[in-house]
Amino acid sequence: MSDYVIIGNSIAAIGTIEGIRKVDTTGTITVIGNENHFVYGRPLISYMLMGKTTLEKMNYRDLSFYDDNKVETILGVEVTAIDKDKKQVALSNGSTVSYKKLMLATGSRPFLPPMKGIELVEKKTSFMTIDDALKLDSMINSESNVLVVGAGLIGLKCVEGILSKVKSITVIDLANRVLPSILDEKGSDLVKASLEKKGVKFILGESIAEFTSAATATTTQGKELSFDTLVTAVGVRPNTQLFQAIGGQVNRGIVVDTLGKTSIEDIYAGGDCAECFDISCDTQRIVAILPNAYFQGRAAGISMAGGEEPFDQAMPMNSIGFFDLHIITAGSYIGDKDIVLDDENNYKVLFTKDNKLVGFIMIGDVQRAGIYTSLIRNKTPLDSIDYTLVREHPQLMAFTLKDRQEKLGRSH
Amino acid sequence: MKRVYVNEKWCLGCRLCEYNCAFANSGMTDMVKALNNVTINPRIKVEKANGISFAVQCRHCKDPICVRACIAGALHLDEDGVIRIDDTKCVGCHSCVMACPYGAIMPSQKGVMQKCELCLQNSSKEPACVKGCPNHAIVYEER
Repeated sequence: MSDYVIIGNSIAAIGTIEGIRKVDTTGTITVIGNENHFVYGRPLISYMLMGKTTLEKMNYRDLSFYDDNKVETILGVEVTAIDKDKKQVALSNGSTVSYKKLMLATGSRPFLPPMKGIELVEKKTSFMTIDDALKLDSMINSESNVLVVGAGLIGLKCVEGILSKVKSITVIDLANRVLPSILDEKGSDLVKASLEKKGVKFILGESIAEFTSAATATTTQGKELSFDTLVTAVGVRPNTQLFQAIGGQVNRGIVVDTLGKTSIEDIYAGGDCAECFDISCDTQRIVAILPNAYFQGRAAGISMAGGEEPFDQAMPMNSIGFFDLHIITAGSYIGDKDIVLDDENNYKVLFTKDNKLVGFIMIGDVQRAGIYTSLIRNKTPLDSIDYTLVREHPQLMAFTLKDRQEKLGRSH
Repeated sequence: MKRVYVNEKWCLGCRLCEYNCAFANSGMTDMVKALNNVTINPRIKVEKANGISFAVQCRHCKDPICVRACIAGALHLDEDGVIRIDDTKCVGCHSCVMACPYGAIMPSQKGVMQKCELCLQNSSKEPACVKGCPNHAIVYEER
């Protein structure tokens, strides 16, 4: 029996714990996670492979975090079912844990479309977890020819992580450009060209027709590929199964309000398994990014413990780099598109709608990008600031004297 | 807690705060050696335009978005209210740059991120930018 049970042990779970403890310092908390690791930031796995961090330094919180917050952890165990009437969860080790309030921070899982002959491939992995990264690291060496299926965020970060360790990498994607979820066509071209300069090969607008052996495949347009290691990074699916099985309301992800409440009493959700209201395009959707997971978790934790601090500022934002090329994007690419900067190494586009900034893409020079992010988040009317100045460079000078005094002359 | 606040009308735009910041965080004892022929990379930056100038550094927010956005657990809000970065954990992903509404976090020479930590843990022991400001255009106080 635990006052608060959290399924999942990643960022949304940590937000939940910290949210609960803000309100309730004594209630018992149990975290159940299927990975046998201390909490870590998932996006770090590619940085681990390229040596920018190590397994020992990847802990997302101090190693005393669970003790400090009086959290019992049950790790390396799956939750197999929720009984909402008895208010308990069943675990893969045969035991059950009862709860007063339950948090679903179950995240997402790799989605693998059916690919003919994939069972022939022996050396293959997805790229979502520490264990995936360690497995990949053990499979590759300087003679490896790696095939990555998927030119999205996960696939390309994997490429960056292992490029210096292997002989060749080929990336194939059905989409006709890289990172289509966060870039426009010009941005995609720039990033693709920079990766090609590093030696990455791309096959775009095609997919794998069939794996013909453990080391060969043919594409939909008849190209023959040879490789020895396969990384699948096609996409992810939210882990909503447990909740769906008990009749909870699920669209693409678990439906929650800004306090993290689901359609079922005493069950909350947040992070990549849940939806939220994207304020940059006024749409209910999954925004599967790390900060969002934290904020949703925290809001849920606070309300589970009886407080109320809604999280109502969700929107996509991504900061991702490939070698020395940084990319920061945020919001939605709707409304008027204003290409401010477009040269060999830099690209900047602002999207405005109804007198507001609703989205941006910055590649190369990303300094002070957060000022743009805040314009989107705060829905700042653009006629209330010096848009000409801020369009050129993100800067506080663009705000009125009164706003500058508020920002720089008061505590926040 | 005490924070650094800006009195914009007194700012001369002299950038002494930037130099004092760079020196205080250089770990060196001789300002000439620390700054001579060096392109400084301070944690405080003066904005200037149309006869107006003011210095911007970390506001040490009580509910910091940068800390929430950090993928590495490298940024943290300490018990004394100061937001600090553990540069051994930072991987340079720039998520904090994406999140900070003041544009107050930037890369260091090491390729990881740096930010104002109010000089409390370097040899200055209090904000060097404020100590060296000739016109009280930045002050260090409770508000």
